[in-house]
Amino acid sequence: MTHVQALRCRECGREYDVAPIFTCEWCFGPLEVAYDYDAIRASISREKIAAGPLSIWRYSDLLPVDRNPAVDLGAGFTPLVRADRLAAELGLGEVWIKNDTTNPTNSFKDRVTAVALSKALEFGFKVAACASTGNLANAVAAHAAHAGLRSFVFVPANLEQGKIVTTAVYGGNVVAIDGNYDDVNRLCAELSGTYPWAFVNVNIRTFYAEGSKTLAYETAEQLGWEAPDHVVVPVASGSLLTKIRKGFDELYKVGLLDDEPHVRVSGAQALGCSPVAAAWLGESDTIKPVKPATIAKSLAIGNPADGYFALDAVRNSTGGFAAVTDDEIVDAIRLLARTEGIFAETAGGVTVATLAKLAAQGVIRKDERVVVYITGHGLKTLDAVVGQVGPTTTISPTIDAFHAAFDPEDLLA
Amino acid sequence: MSVTVRIPTQLRELSGGAAEVALVSGSLADVLAALDAAHPGFQGRLFGDDSELRRFVNVFVADEDIRFLDGLATEVADGTTVSIVPAVAGG
Repeated sequence: MTHVQALRCRECGREYDVAPIFTCEWCFGPLEVAYDYDAIRASISREKIAAGPLSIWRYSDLLPVDRNPAVDLGAGFTPLVRADRLAAELGLGEVWIKNDTTNPTNSFKDRVTAVALSKALEFGFKVAACASTGNLANAVAAHAAHAGLRSFVFVPANLEQGKIVTTAVYGGNVVAIDGNYDDVNRLCAELSGTYPWAFVNVNIRTFYAEGSKTLAYETAEQLGWEAPDHVVVPVASGSLLTKIRKGFDELYKVGLLDDEPHVRVSGAQALGCSPVAAAWLGESDTIKPVKPATIAKSLAIGNPADGYFALDAVRNSTGGFAAVTDDEIVDAIRLLARTEGIFAETAGGVTVATLAKLAAQGVIRKDERVVVYITGHGLKTLDAVVGQVGPTTTISPTIDAFHAAFDPEDLLA
Repeated sequence: MSVTVRIPTQLRELSGGAAEVALVSGSLADVLAALDAAHPGFQGRLFGDDSELRRFVNVFVADEDIRFLDGLATEVADGTTVSIVPAVAGG
């Protein structure tokens, strides 16, 4: 049972009936789902959620889908891991990793895709499509296969081989575009006006984006129904950061949090594609699009549609922003793996490097409970660390050779 | 010769349903003014009260975002296509 009232323009407030539309016809502002929070408050409880499935669908009262779960590969309810070793290295106190690498296709995009395609089935679409920097491509191809939908996935041709293979294996159409993500996105925006397809991040985006809120819901539930003090979130389009903030606020609004949350929200970008961080660091209100050049391809959106909202969320919550270099990204991937046993893709490297930078600057403080969102698995971007790590020793298969390489006294110490 | 302006679905009610409108060449500002003259209403939808393009309106000349060109002063030569596209996100 959905509690959706309407779709509302974030810019000018005009309202629309529920439909596969994504922009305000008047001002082109993005539409957002408007809920009847009083009805949700009357329906939802911590006990009801605890009795629900171990997936995003335990929060279905707060999602814009009528039939739950229409399309389900088990996205969500990923581990929240206490990261004491990482915290100690960075001089921080209480740090947690929201490890979203364990989703069905190993990134947070399974959350948004499950919601988007469930809604697409309600609308009667037969074809699923998306513009993607890779992770969404995986998620849409897999969920479309599971739902029996045809799929068209559009990606930049220079995407990591791993992300192409892990999309193509599901058997849908994979269209490689000679251009960057922003080119792919523009083509999809134009195609969506021509073909009656469910472009999850174009005409279904209003619903799709709501799936990201579950990252906030889970975090709070896993912390014993408390909000953290500070979150660090990677920024590509800016939607994830914006929705995580919205998620915490909603939990209070519907009575699931006792205290009003004051979560400081910090954004992470790669220096090679940092239009939102640049606006923050330059104290500008204008986000200037850029041509991406970074190994963090899943964050390589040079023209971020929700960038303004992400910037507002960081400003209003007194968070921070950092832009980190490719070397810092690789170092941070290795730092997280070495200290916590979690292998993140390049976007996770951006996020951990930002955590380190903001900790060093004193923006993230030792007395804060910090949650870091690791949104994709390292196996997706092996290229980033190939050549950096490998066998630490290569020997013949003999005890003598082993002892020649390692001092037995050290080994027994 | 003329230039072609591609109209997004959201604005086709203004162009009588047409997906493309042919106009004379000139600066982008001239072309968009001609679009409003041919099909009144575009001005108010594309531009805010400050006479700047609304921030969620993206305009491309020959497939390049005008923010990488000369903005509204960008020259639109004969045979060029202008695309008006709402900002969209993804990842």
